Amino acid sequence: MERVPILKIGDILLVSIQTDMSDQTAVQLQEDLAERIVATGCHGVIIDITALDIVDSFVGRMLSTIASISKVLDAETVVVGMRPAVAITLVELGLSLNGIRTALNVERGMELIAAARADEHDLAFDDQADADTTASS
Amino acid sequence: MTTGVDLGQPQAQAIRSDEDVVRVRQLVRTVAVAVKLSLVDQTKVVTAASELARNTLVYGGGGTVEVSTADNGRRKGVRIVFADTGPGIADLDLALTDGYTTGGGLGLGLSGARRLVDEFDIRTAVGEGTRITVTKWSR
Repeated sequence: MERVPILKIGDILLVSIQTDMSDQTAVQLQEDLAERIVATGCHGVIIDITALDIVDSFVGRMLSTIASISKVLDAETVVVGMRPAVAITLVELGLSLNGIRTALNVERGMELIAAARADEHDLAFDDQADADTTASS
Repeated sequence: MTTGVDLGQPQAQAIRSDEDVVRVRQLVRTVAVAVKLSLVDQTKVVTAASELARNTLVYGGGGTVEVSTADNGRRKGVRIVFADTGPGIADLDLALTDGYTTGGGLGLGLSGARRLVDEFDIRTAVGEGTRITVTKWSR
């Protein structure tokens, strides 16, 4: 069985799917990514599907599952590089990819992850500020 | 690029494993390109074939696929026949409903595949198996 390589770039794990994956390879990728998120402490996952000429319900579900697993492990997932024909087909198939963030390319995906992290820090800071105000009043 | 595929003859392929599902996708893609389907239509028919091949494997316990070119005098297309001798489908209407699944999937395989092709024919009998024929025509 082929394995999809996972690259670490700074605080982000980059997965560039280059082959027509068998279902088993897709399931293996889910497990490998979960391991790597925990091992590296990365807060972002980018899955580049530029090379995929189809996304069927199995791969679609894998993408959703990866996004959910990452979330639980405190990492954001962004799927990038979806081809127009793939997007059209996915919608007609009835797959909405709920809960998955998407971006046109890797660069925008990285910006999206950085922005999401910044928002979270702001929120945490606001909460802290609120707590301080409450305590002092 | 030569593919080594003789398009005059139907191409048969067994569906016994995950890797066979990948081979079905590649075979359908080759024929779809040969009959000059648009990129979107190629993508649709390959996706439909992927769903149906997986169903043949997971629900039908494996089977066969036959991919051929079709010609109705006006347009060319790709025709794919999936056959298994598995348990068959007891309630076809239910099986064709979006979101219905007995296998833990998303329940989009059969209903979604039907939307992605131009012609969809399903014959099934409990205890005997299922045979699905789909056709996608060039525009």
